[in-house]
Amino acid sequence: MLRNSPPGSADVAALERKATLLRRHMLTMARGQGQGYIGQGLGIADALAALYFHELRYDPHNPAWPDRDRFLLSTGHYSIALWATLAEAGIIPVEELVTYGADNSRLEMSTLDTTPGVEVIGGSLGHGLGQGIGQALGLRLDRSDARVFVELSDGEMQEGSTWEAAMSASHFELDGLVALIDCNGIQADGPVVLNMEPVADKWRAFGWETFEIDGNDMKAVVDALAGARQRNRKPKAIVLRTLPGKGVPRIETSEKSHFFRIDVAQWDGIIAEFHKSMGTRQ
Amino acid sequence: MSGGGIKAGRTLAMGQDEAVGGGRQSVEAPFGRALARLGQSRHAIVGLTADLGKYTDILPFRDAFPDRFFNVGMAEQNLVAVAAGLARTGKVPFATTYGVFATRRAYDFVAIALAHSNLNVKIVAGLPGLTTGYGGTHQAIEDLALMRMIPGLTVIDPCDATEIEAATEAIAEHQGPVYMRLMRGSVPVVFEPGYKFEIGKARRLREGSDVGVVATGFMTERALDAAEALQQRGISVGVLHVPTIKPFDAAAVTEFAASVDHIVTAENHVMVGGLASLVVESLFEAGIAKKVTRIGLPDRYIECGAVPTLQAKYGLTTEAVVATITGLELA
Repeated sequence: MLRNSPPGSADVAALERKATLLRRHMLTMARGQGQGYIGQGLGIADALAALYFHELRYDPHNPAWPDRDRFLLSTGHYSIALWATLAEAGIIPVEELVTYGADNSRLEMSTLDTTPGVEVIGGSLGHGLGQGIGQALGLRLDRSDARVFVELSDGEMQEGSTWEAAMSASHFELDGLVALIDCNGIQADGPVVLNMEPVADKWRAFGWETFEIDGNDMKAVVDALAGARQRNRKPKAIVLRTLPGKGVPRIETSEKSHFFRIDVAQWDGIIAEFHKSMGTRQ
Repeated sequence: MSGGGIKAGRTLAMGQDEAVGGGRQSVEAPFGRALARLGQSRHAIVGLTADLGKYTDILPFRDAFPDRFFNVGMAEQNLVAVAAGLARTGKVPFATTYGVFATRRAYDFVAIALAHSNLNVKIVAGLPGLTTGYGGTHQAIEDLALMRMIPGLTVIDPCDATEIEAATEAIAEHQGPVYMRLMRGSVPVVFEPGYKFEIGKARRLREGSDVGVVATGFMTERALDAAEALQQRGISVGVLHVPTIKPFDAAAVTEFAASVDHIVTAENHVMVGGLASLVVESLFEAGIAKKVTRIGLPDRYIECGAVPTLQAKYGLTTEAVVATITGLELA
């Protein structure tokens, strides 16, 4: 049973190494299919490392433990990052990662909830936050102190249901609910199609206690999560400013970082570039 | 307003003008009362609404269990999403709104958040078909068709107060997502106490040899009354009540069809995609070639007006059913 670690106890360097490991898994997975939502995955890796290896409480041997903290990936197409994380967390086998996106694999390109550790079907954007609110209300009725973390994205905020949910979370005073808003500046049609700024002000105006940080700065992520532990009758929003493709300069600078499809030979180049940038070895 | 549907002095608001039933006893808020009763023994039941608690009869539940009731405001996508989340923590959410909003506004959530995951959420939807005079914005005339397309969703159109109470119990017991049409306020009693409702089962309420009416929702009441009137004129009319649109009791329909010369379908819904389509599909699949005459709403949005006026104009009254059957060329 993993308890969430005490605030201030985070080993930032160790979490950074975990994030690097998650990125390595993701690059291997994307190489296998020659495609994937790798840009988003690399961008959110630090937040997922901080959540699963410091912040969340869960039992890898019993993913359905009723008192677990929930993590809902609302952007189902970020699944590549979730699979890598669930594998490192011991919820699914690491060896299974190579099946990402293959026929009959349960590690889909967009999450379904049939795989252990998945708390929501996240592919249709704008679904996660409302379902997180329902789970938080249910946990409160059960007098559980488990918390609910919902990842959503800047593009996803364009779905009106996001704001229906945002209104109700503060109304219901769900202080065990934490929204992690991945602002990576890209969406399907390219760089942000509809301006969502000022993002943090919007969440504040909807009654959320809001943090805005560099989502690729592990210390900042850990500190924001620590701040979000307060039970002060307000839901928490952490605006993560992330770099899509973080760790691979070629993807970081790509206009096409929403969905990446290249041939296998080039993936080898990308992986080499990643190791060079991270100072790690293949 | 005819019959025992609306009591004198009752305030009508928000399209609250449905008057179904001719001179029958009625029960106030059968759904809300049944749910409040069930809530006593079933602690997992929670109630939700999207600012239509008063108009969907769920307030008896709220008053009995205020901690287990959530009003999310005018936000039907969120209504369904929150209900889905509650179901994932083991609750049995009953979420109410109008049929138009549960379908047209929240469809992706009903399909993906509920049905795809087979979550145990019951949507109870007011103002089905022509039970409001507020026009196309409020009349759920195509909800049965929309909802029956969703894999794994159970779809129910009850006839009267007795059936609403029985169906509320049955869907609370059933594991899985449900869409149930609601008749609210003073709802007529057509069926005797002890009437048994079973999800997925049609019931033969009256035997007849000339014409067989397959009916759902309150049209079953009209069909029964029409059959009685037609008996006087020497036309023998049977009535099969099909309260569950999905899963559809095709076996009961084909068996019923075999016993009559002519089939009439009757639904408070557009004639496309709902009961009539299901009956025809069932007969076709079973290789039964019989003439089918459809009673239902045309393929267009309906204007505003008083409910009795609209029901008469669009052929949903007992008199209209009698006229349709009398006009058939019977062998």
